[in-house]
Amino acid sequence: MNRIAKRFASLAETGRKALIPYVTAGDPVPEVTLPLLHAMVDAGADIIELGMPFSDPMADGPVIQLACERSLAGGTTVRSLLDTVARFRETDQTTPIVLMGYLNPVEAMGYEVFTNRCSEVGVDGVLIVDLPPEEAVDVAPVFRSRDIDLVFLVAPTTTEARMELISQAGSGYLYYVSLKGVTGAATLDPVEVAGRVETIRKHAKLPIGVGFGIKDAESARLVSRVADGVVVGSALVQQIADHAGQPDLIPEKVSAVLRAMREAMDQG
Amino acid sequence: MSEKIDFAAFPDARGHFGRYGGRFVSETLMAALEDLEAVYNRLKDDPQFRADFDYDMAHYVGRPSPLYFAERLTKKVGGAQIWLKREDLNHTGAHKVNNTIGQALLAKHIGKRRVIAETGAGQHGVASATVAARLGLECQVYMGADDVERQKLNVYRMKLLGAEVIPVTSGSRTLKDALNEAMRDWVTNVDHTFYIIGTVAGPHPYPMLVRDFQSIIGREAREQCLKMNDRLPDALVACVGGGSNAIGLFHPFLNDESVSMYGVEAAGDGIETGRHSAPLAAGRPGVLHGNRTYLMENEDGQIIDTHSISAGLDYPGVGPEHSWLKDIGRVNYVGATDDEAMAAFRDLTRIEGIMPALESAHAVAYAMKLAATMSPDQIIVVNLSGRGDKDILTVASIDGISF
Repeated sequence: MNRIAKRFASLAETGRKALIPYVTAGDPVPEVTLPLLHAMVDAGADIIELGMPFSDPMADGPVIQLACERSLAGGTTVRSLLDTVARFRETDQTTPIVLMGYLNPVEAMGYEVFTNRCSEVGVDGVLIVDLPPEEAVDVAPVFRSRDIDLVFLVAPTTTEARMELISQAGSGYLYYVSLKGVTGAATLDPVEVAGRVETIRKHAKLPIGVGFGIKDAESARLVSRVADGVVVGSALVQQIADHAGQPDLIPEKVSAVLRAMREAMDQG
Repeated sequence: MSEKIDFAAFPDARGHFGRYGGRFVSETLMAALEDLEAVYNRLKDDPQFRADFDYDMAHYVGRPSPLYFAERLTKKVGGAQIWLKREDLNHTGAHKVNNTIGQALLAKHIGKRRVIAETGAGQHGVASATVAARLGLECQVYMGADDVERQKLNVYRMKLLGAEVIPVTSGSRTLKDALNEAMRDWVTNVDHTFYIIGTVAGPHPYPMLVRDFQSIIGREAREQCLKMNDRLPDALVACVGGGSNAIGLFHPFLNDESVSMYGVEAAGDGIETGRHSAPLAAGRPGVLHGNRTYLMENEDGQIIDTHSISAGLDYPGVGPEHSWLKDIGRVNYVGATDDEAMAAFRDLTRIEGIMPALESAHAVAYAMKLAATMSPDQIIVVNLSGRGDKDILTVASIDGISF
């Protein structure tokens, strides 16, 4: 059992739901990421999605587009963010890390080199936005053989036939994208999300995380009632953007948002 | 090539040309792409759909476009005969309209009432706005902010046609960023929006269906050349940005082994300077905009800025079928610099009275070089993919003239 499975199992025992923050590595400067990761764990994060910056983030709204630009301008690469994960693991061996991003930087590094390094530094899962299960067929064994989960997206447009396919291809958890749109676009409709999550559960045994459109403690609480995990990205990255000029403040500013979500979720 | 390939059999069922192509998009778009593929596969051989397409090609676009012997240019060069496939004479001034008519017919069948498009030089935007006007569809066109500046005339044409042009200020502010933004729009409005992709790139089935619509260029050229010369051409030349005009010309000839083919990328200031838009010459395979293909990227897999004097070629990727045709050696991919394209623009204008688009001028430039190495009984067909009216302001500014 890897860290992701262990984490969902222990959450299930206590009846709690996973809080899954997303931040882009190296945003706004490389030095912030390590203290930020630890601060998010202290604020109640169960799993961390760490963004790999890309020059052309097609599925992201302006907030995460700008995060990618800041990160790349600061010189962050897939290799350097993997080094950051290695340093994180020096003091935290239990919090799962899932890398999230686009395929091209991974291809450029090479699947073998990338997954070997992931495995070495303690990355637990990888979510590649522009790699649907059909295209992942050839490379999935490379990830599987190193016990790295491939996390796939399920969308509001996903047919039930595709849910079946995705749940068979994926591991770790499924990420339900609650909105048609880019990241940070709007606020989700909790009733609609509840219905969709129920449908996905008919096809998938994996835990279901819900993201896109979770902006505050209240939306986190509502989603945590129906999903196994709550993913929050743009709302945190906006805090980073707002304090890009004072990076020392970022871990605390992001933590404050997360703590409020954690409390709301735990009250149910 | 060691064994014979049937080029008509590609892409395969998963949309792959060898290792290239495919469908690399976020999950939200998968259902729409599957629907589009199913609808297209049903309609492409449907007699009524084909009749509708052919009717529009004849009576709205003005096809067939002539195959014209550029006799004075041929004499000046002193070598193979240079023949021009006159896509510049199409309604809206370029080959782009062949594809937008096809896709608009698909949009109508699927029942989408809004279309979006990305555009570089503005030719695809104009062609999309045109078909939208004719079918009464809402139309929004994404265009890099730098391209909006250098293609002002086309921007105004689109507005006159009733389309909204949305300048894209992210990234390098050119075609690739317009494509990103169009994808973001589509993922948000997928229920009622049809995305008219302008080139043979993007996720499957776009590279296939755009190629099929554009192949009318090569089918006509083949027939015209046989009729006028009693033989096939020896060489085909076309410019390659995304590569739709080139595939359109090449595809119906791919199984004709005697016909050699040259795709001309934008070499900008020169390949050696790094300031160019030539992924096939200087890039490597990667994944962008829904397909695996040759890309201009740095060692970390980040897409790098491109440069070309022509907005329509200023793109860091290329259609996946071209990547495959390069690897298997069926097509030669070469380059023409900004300066060579400008010289060809002036030559064709003064010698033949035909003002080519700066994109097409790249093909003319290479064809003149190639012709000089061949004999007078040989035939080169050049795809004159668009007319140069849209580039007048660019050329004038190079000449130091402002209006």
